[in-house]
This record gives sequence, structure tokens and C-alpha cells, in this order.
Amino acid sequence: MRVSPRHAVAVWRRNLALYQRTWKLNLLPNFFEPLLYLVSIGIGVGSYISEMGGTSYVAFLAPGLVAVAAMNGASFEVTYNAFVRLHFEKTYESMLTTPIQPEDVLAGEILWAITRGSIYGGSFFVVIAAVGLAPLPAALWAIPMIPITGLLFAAIGIAFSLRIPSIELFSFYFTLFLTPLFLFSDIFFPLEERLSGVWLWVAEGLPLLHPVRLVRAAFAGEFSPRLLWDLGYIAVVSGVLMVLAARITRRRLMD
Amino acid sequence: MPRVAAGFPARDPAPGVIVECRAVSKRFGSRLAVDAVDLEVPPGLCFGLLGPNGAGKTTTLKMIYGVARPTSGSVRVFGIDVAREPRKVRARLGVTLQENSFLERLSPVQNLTVFGRYHLLPPAEIEARSDELLDFLELRSHADLPVTALSGGFKRRLAIALSLMNRPELLILDEPTTGLDPAVRLSLWQRVRELRSEGTTVLLTTHYMEEAERLCDRLVILAEGRVVADGAPRQLIRDVLAPEALELEVAPEDERRVVGDLDGVQRLRSGRRLMLYVRDAAALLETIRHRDDGPARDPGSVIVRPTNLEDVFLALTGTRIEAGEGGAAAVDAGAAA
Ligand SMILES: Nc1ncnc2c1ncn2[C@@H]1O[C@H](COP(=O)(O)OP(=O)(O)O)[C@@H](O)[C@H]1O
Ligand SMILES: [Mg+2]
Repeated sequence: MRVSPRHAVAVWRRNLALYQRTWKLNLLPNFFEPLLYLVSIGIGVGSYISEMGGTSYVAFLAPGLVAVAAMNGASFEVTYNAFVRLHFEKTYESMLTTPIQPEDVLAGEILWAITRGSIYGGSFFVVIAAVGLAPLPAALWAIPMIPITGLLFAAIGIAFSLRIPSIELFSFYFTLFLTPLFLFSDIFFPLEERLSGVWLWVAEGLPLLHPVRLVRAAFAGEFSPRLLWDLGYIAVVSGVLMVLAARITRRRLMD
Repeated sequence: MPRVAAGFPARDPAPGVIVECRAVSKRFGSRLAVDAVDLEVPPGLCFGLLGPNGAGKTTTLKMIYGVARPTSGSVRVFGIDVAREPRKVRARLGVTLQENSFLERLSPVQNLTVFGRYHLLPPAEIEARSDELLDFLELRSHADLPVTALSGGFKRRLAIALSLMNRPELLILDEPTTGLDPAVRLSLWQRVRELRSEGTTVLLTTHYMEEAERLCDRLVILAEGRVVADGAPRQLIRDVLAPEALELEVAPEDERRVVGDLDGVQRLRSGRRLMLYVRDAAALLETIRHRDDGPARDPGSVIVRPTNLEDVFLALTGTRIEAGEGGAAAVDAGAAA
């Protein structure tokens, strides 16, 4: 069964309707989280570092945190929230009493996770642009990278969520997957300068590395052919995981 | 009787059958939840699936609206194969799930709006339809409160309102009144009758025999995934048992002494309760009183009443539908009245 875009949008609007009611509560913490890292690590730790990759440490940190904000926004939606809608709130069960099909639910949820990721990433981008950490206009190229990051982590997250039987397992996902990504994906230090040999290749597997590189390149206003590999990685991994998720969705949502 | 406010277009009952299940089975692992069920729901009726918990009612409904795939057999709704064209079928029906599911922090109106979008209704239609349904299901007073603030009866009515957003030709209600108080139940029955009178076909499940008896035009009784009886409620009772029941508190060891040699009386037992089915239960009671000064003389233990669907279920399966009382066993149900 093919996705019906209008039904997928109806699923997306369901989440939007709820978000419109709670956005003030939601947006504030999201707003501050990356900002706290920027201030603590960027300015606090950064004051001991004279320069990093040709800029101040806080300017080095800023682009990576844009990607992290997008990752976090998308991840939360497709993990805890999607799991609750599937298993506890019976949201999908009620959607499937209408012409909505499992594929539409999946598409709508991914679209919504991208939206949430974009709200997180976008609002953080606005803040750092306002304090002069995003060199304009070059850094505007980072803006399309925000939903792309959201897509990647929506696809990874939903593929995980649809497989696990209990909500406790998300703590593994966050602590043993997203947190290491956060710490080792070129955000705090240039990963390549710490690695050699085969480890350089292994590192290319880290999903967050690629969005971080793309955003950083936009901030620096430098294009390199390797960015095509980064975009390709995101496209292929997202695509494969969405196909996988589409298969599981049918099994999870229908008896 | 309240005026009909739902604003349904008067609809001629469609020709043919609305739901047609042919030898439908559903297996979960080693468990056969639905076992070769045949079902025909004619247009314009209130059709009931009656059975205890776990009988396979919900699973049968899910196969009808195309969310569970039958292990074998076929389901057609409005003459359409639901496995092939689920969207087309579901656009024309509404389902109230056994468990409510809402956006709890939003209001009934907002919930109705979101649900209308699932059906791709245009905004003006969503607004008009929500407005009608707020009246029809008496939700107006709570229309703008968050759903968390609503009572169980309000929530159930909202759940039904959601499933009516698309003006369905077939309304499927999975245990619509379970857990509700009697007043709410009566008013929901009335709404269902009004919908039916406007041409909506209703298919509901219940484990309340009173609901089945008073609301449904036709019934299927399900036990352990199988159809054990079907027909109009009154006819079903007539087919299986005599019209009146006499209930006594009689220990199994006393049964022989009290009623042992009565001819032409059907008997069922449920725990310590012994049920006797005859044309004239009062006369039978007199007879028993003349013979024995035991239980028949204890006014607290004797009930004379019309035979009901619970008796039919007990006769057919040896167990009870409601409240799942254990240890019941049917005896001697075969004797002719
Ligand atoms: N998704 C499922 N997986 C496994 N078993 C199920 C599933 N759904 C229902 N069952 C089993 O099928 C039987 C019938 O269930 P159900 O249709 O819900 O009964 P009812 O609605 O009459 O109470 C029960 O034994 C139930 O445990
Ligand atoms: Mg059920």
C-alpha cells in the first residue's frame, strides 16, 4: 500500500494540534539545553583554548550543537512519544479505524519528527546567529541541513521504537547510542585528528558525524566533495531504515 | 423521545448485505481466536455479537474493518473486499473502539476536528459536523474543556461522536456501554436506536445480555471463537428454552429429592443456583412446594422470571456470559419443554 500524502498530513496535524497546546512548556527547555552547553563548554572550557580549527572554541562548538539540537528534537518524538502513542494511548489504533493506513501513520510521524527537530535546531540557530556565532549569509546553508538531520534521526529512532517490546529500552538508546554520538561526532573536537588507520573508516559509520560536518561546512562557507558523501550517507541510511520501518509498521499496527 | 439532531441524510437501506463474513478464522500463535465464523449483517439493523470476554468479538470486528487479516476466510463490507480496499471501506464506516483513545489535553471539539481530518473532511464540514454531534451526544456543556476533565460517560459519548464524524453507513461499536452506569447506558441505547431509525446499520459487541436483548434486532452468540447461535433475541430464546424460568437455591445433593422426577422440565445449574424452564413457572413452583418444604419455601431463594439470553448461553455452552462466574455446569438441557 502506498503512502497517501493527505492522510500523512492529517497524522502530522494531529501532533501539531497537541503541540500548539503545549509548545510553551516544550520550547523553553529545548531552547536552553544547547545554550547551556555553548556557555559551559564553549565559553567556560573554551577560555583555556586559544583557538580551534582557526576560530574561537565557542565558534567551533556552535555548528555541531545545531545538528545536535535537530537530532534531539527528532529523536524524542520517534522514541518515547511514538512508543506511548503506539502502546499506551492507542493513537494509531484509532487512526486505523479511518481510511488512514499504517504507511500514512509512519510517514506522518517521520514528518512530525522532522518538524520537531527543525523547531529545536532552528531556534538554536536563531540564537547563535543573534549573538554573532553564525557567519551570515554563508551559515544560512546550515538551515536545510536541520530537517535533513531530523530525517536521519527520525528514521533511526522509529526503526528502533517499532522493534522494542518495552519502554525501558529507550534508556539504552539515549545513553549508549545518542550520548556517545554527541560526544564523539566532531562536535567538541576534530575527531579525525585523534584517530588513525582503520578507525578513520569506522568513524564514518557514526550517523551524527555527517550532519555535523555539513553544518560546520556551511558555517565555514567551504564546500568540499566529501560533503556529497555525507549527504549520500544520510540519504541511504534514512531510506533503508524507512523501508525497514514500513515493513515493521504493518506488523505492529495490524494483527 | 428526543428529536433526531444528528442530521443524517435519510438513507434507503442499501440492497444486499452490509457485512458478509465467510468462514472467517483468526489464529494467534497456537490459539484460534476466531473459528470459521459466518456472519451476515443486513442493512438498517442493529446487529449484536454477544459473548464473554475472550470470545473473539473484538478480533472479529477488526477483521471486518480490515485491521486484522483473517488467517482464512473472506470478509466483504458494502460488497467490497476489505483486504483489497481498506481505505474505501473505512471511509464509509465508523468504529468506536473498546478502549477510548483521545488527545486527552485537548477539548472534545479539538478531538472531533482532528478526527475529521483523518477522513479528509473540509474544514467547513468538520465544523458543521462537530456542531451536530455535540448536540446529538449531549456534549455541548463540556465542548471546550480538556478531555481529562470529562467523566466516563462523557468520554464514551465523545468516542462515539468521533466515529460518527464521517456520517458512516455502518457504525461499529465495541462494547459501547461496558463500565457505564445504567442511566448513561439507557441514553446511549436511545442514541443507537435513533441512528438505526435514520438508516445507519449498527454492529455492536457486548457481554451484557440485557443490552443484546433490548437493543439488538439480530444476534450472534460467540463462545471461544465459534458461533453457537444466531437469530433475533426472542426467537433465540424460544428456540432453545421454554419461555419462563424458575430459579432455586438447591445444593446438587438435594436436587433429586426436590425436583428429581419432574417431567418435561429443562434444567440448568450455575453453582448453587438451579434453573428450571417451563411454560408456566408459577405453576411449577406450586407443584414443588407441595412436594417439599425445603428450598422452594425460602422466599429469598426463589425467582420466577422470563427466560433470557444468559440462560440460552448457559444452555449452549455450560458457562455464563456476564461476570465470569466459575464452576458453572449445565445439566439436562436437552429435555423437551
Ligand atoms: N493481538 C493478539 N495477539 C495474541 N492473542 C490475541 C490478540 N488479540 C486477541 N487475542 C486473543 O484472542 C482471543 C479473543 O480476543 P478478543 O477478540 O479480544 O475477545 P473479546 O473481544 O470477545 O473479549 C483472546 O483469547 C485473546 O487473548
Ligand atoms: Mg473485546
